[in-house]
Amino acid sequence: MTVLAVAAPARTGRRFRPGVWGAALFLALIALAAVAPGLLVHGGPGDANALDALTGPSAAHPFGTDANGRDVLTRVVYGARPSLLAGLGATGLGVAAGSLLGLLAALGGRVADEVVMRFMDVVLSLPTLLLALLVLTITGPGTLNSIYAIALYTAPSYARLVRVQAMVIRRSGFVEAATSLGLTRARVISRHLLPNAFAPLFVLATMEVGLAIVAASSLSFLGLGPRPPAPEWGAMLSAGRDYFSVAWWTAVFPGLAITLTVLSVTVAGRRLQLRSEGRSA
Amino acid sequence: MSGPLVEVAGLEVAFGDVRAVRDVSFTIGPGECVALVGESGSGKSVTARTLLGLTGDGADVRAATLRIDGADATGFTERRWRAVRGTKIGYVLQDALVSLDPLRPVGHEIAEALTLHRSLTRAERTARVVELLRAAGVPEPERRARQRPHELSGGLRQRALIASALACDPALLIADEPTTALDVTVQAQILRLLAERRAAGTALLLISHDLAVVAELADRVLVMKDGRVVEEGPVRDVLTAPAHAYTRTLLDAVPSTPKPAPARPPGEVVLAARGLVKDFKDRRAVDDVSFELRAGETLGIVGESGSGKTTTARLVLGLLDPDAGEAAVDGRPWHGLTAKERRELRRHVQVVYQDPLGSFDPRFTVRRVLDEALEVGGAPRRARRDRAVELLERVGLDASVLDRRPLRLSGGQRQRVAIARALAPGPRVLVCDEPVSALDVSVQAQVLDLLAGLQDDLGVAYLFISHHLGVIRRVSDRVLVLKDGRVVEAGDARRVLTEPRADYTRELLAAVPTLPSAEPAH
Repeated sequence: MTVLAVAAPARTGRRFRPGVWGAALFLALIALAAVAPGLLVHGGPGDANALDALTGPSAAHPFGTDANGRDVLTRVVYGARPSLLAGLGATGLGVAAGSLLGLLAALGGRVADEVVMRFMDVVLSLPTLLLALLVLTITGPGTLNSIYAIALYTAPSYARLVRVQAMVIRRSGFVEAATSLGLTRARVISRHLLPNAFAPLFVLATMEVGLAIVAASSLSFLGLGPRPPAPEWGAMLSAGRDYFSVAWWTAVFPGLAITLTVLSVTVAGRRLQLRSEGRSA
Repeated sequence: MSGPLVEVAGLEVAFGDVRAVRDVSFTIGPGECVALVGESGSGKSVTARTLLGLTGDGADVRAATLRIDGADATGFTERRWRAVRGTKIGYVLQDALVSLDPLRPVGHEIAEALTLHRSLTRAERTARVVELLRAAGVPEPERRARQRPHELSGGLRQRALIASALACDPALLIADEPTTALDVTVQAQILRLLAERRAAGTALLLISHDLAVVAELADRVLVMKDGRVVEEGPVRDVLTAPAHAYTRTLLDAVPSTPKPAPARPPGEVVLAARGLVKDFKDRRAVDDVSFELRAGETLGIVGESGSGKTTTARLVLGLLDPDAGEAAVDGRPWHGLTAKERRELRRHVQVVYQDPLGSFDPRFTVRRVLDEALEVGGAPRRARRDRAVELLERVGLDASVLDRRPLRLSGGQRQRVAIARALAPGPRVLVCDEPVSALDVSVQAQVLDLLAGLQDDLGVAYLFISHHLGVIRRVSDRVLVLKDGRVVEAGDARRVLTEPRADYTRELLAAVPTLPSAEPAH
């Protein structure tokens, strides 16, 4: 039998991508700030000097100081840990709970589908902030509890996405092909259905990390997250709002930290997703 | 009006580094039918779109001459092109089934061209739409004009598209693969409609990968390959005495020769269907279908869309349970088996689909695709790599594709990988559901040859499903003709396809466009 000549593998797109590199670099910096903030700045986030209150960016205080005379850069760096923790924790928990419920709805038969999805409808019909307030009123304020609250109200959208994906993929050609090969149902689900159903979830989740950071910030602004002196980007942003007309840096730098983190996570997430699908560009 | 409608010389179209069309020249005179023939990627559609100024943003179009109805079109602005589209040149897009707006009644779609290019009152427009639909052979045009595309069959949709392209009486109608997604009897009707338009004086530029479709209609044919015209001339000359090797390849690849007798006599029954019935809601998809398939032979199932071919395949694959009757593999009926027994039986009957890409997990490389199939077949982990390479060689590929994803393979290579996967568990029966319908004709021939060779070597039996009678003739020992879920005729392939007994089979055979033959018919 003749052997067909096969063209050389197509270029896998190893060209330089400044956006991706920038995002990776920024995320590395944020990760370092979260793990070891002492390496990046001297002094603690609570060190205040009332004489220096609301001074603009300078060599001593590159990001300026806030109303209490605390160094904004130091606080932004120390704020990385609680902010990331809230964002990643809430997203992780929401994805986990949402996927379980979504799969249960898609594969568990009609009754499970109805029960799960109507429950999700109820959760989605409540205003998100109200729901979070409800949870936090019951559990009491705190970082961990605000994570639970955010996870609870993000879970339904993940559940819906996973359910629809699973239903589409269950009828796809490759699932049928795997079934006709003689794979067990459990194998087909774990090897083909789950990974493919999760692919779009991944993109949604990377974007939701940012929203979760913002949501956690909103809760802390309301006094339901970490308590005020603790550095947290959202809380700093909210506090800085009052001084925005006289000291823009108190709000702009924490805001920039949130924006750049969200942007970097999204860029990096998109790249990872494309790679996982075997596409470049 | 005198002189050619369209005059093209030295046309070059490039998309970035890719030169899609190279030095193409042709003319189309009034009332003439010219055909552009070639395989996918040959540049035929791009050439046609150039005549409408629709090459797209990334395209670099150059031409020594590009004249439309006498006017130099090389410097046409978008505004001038809009005046050409619809009024001078009508364009029937590829993919008749999806080219109409699903939310609008087809009458509105057709009226749109009239609104743009003609000033007519509402009543005149409505009358003209009905007249156009009637001319396009749409029955009950008043009612159909008010319907949306999903309420129309594929053939009616294609007629509606042609009607809209003809709305402003263009002198030239471009039809890009006008019959590709259609059933053969519907295809014959559309070809008749196009022939009528031509008789009425409209010039046609017909684009097709199917030489036989072109043979019936065209005066002149241009054969394109890799962006170049490799041969052109009167259709009879080109198709009966091709000068260029590529044209000969295309002609030879058209499946028409019947299958030689099998190398060894058919063995025991490996697949049996007895009185299969399957209902979907209010429709009976499969109605009392019975057949037997023996080791080493091929049973062709032919029928048009909706005839129950694929449902029959799913029933014998044990993917669907019949409402009555039974399907048995190796003498073991699917029904009454436990989930575990079913899984074991699946190894004996494997499947090759029309769309190989959709049948591969998009995350998987060829290596993982084959590895999984071999794992099911019980091969130990260490032996699997060697077995995978062996399988690839069997289907005419080599180890270099192992680490590539199917998305990066050509259509023919993908189908070869799909065949390798199906062979991996060592099946007795291969169900081939339209395995070559999505492939170019020359690739089609290679895949059919591959399947024939594998049958000789391995003694595997094929249940071969196709709507294409030429393909069925070439691969089948015996044939089953399905219509509306029922078997209308069954028997030896040569007998059924040369002396059909059922009216429907005769109708099918009559509808197949044929190539003119150099020697007298035998």
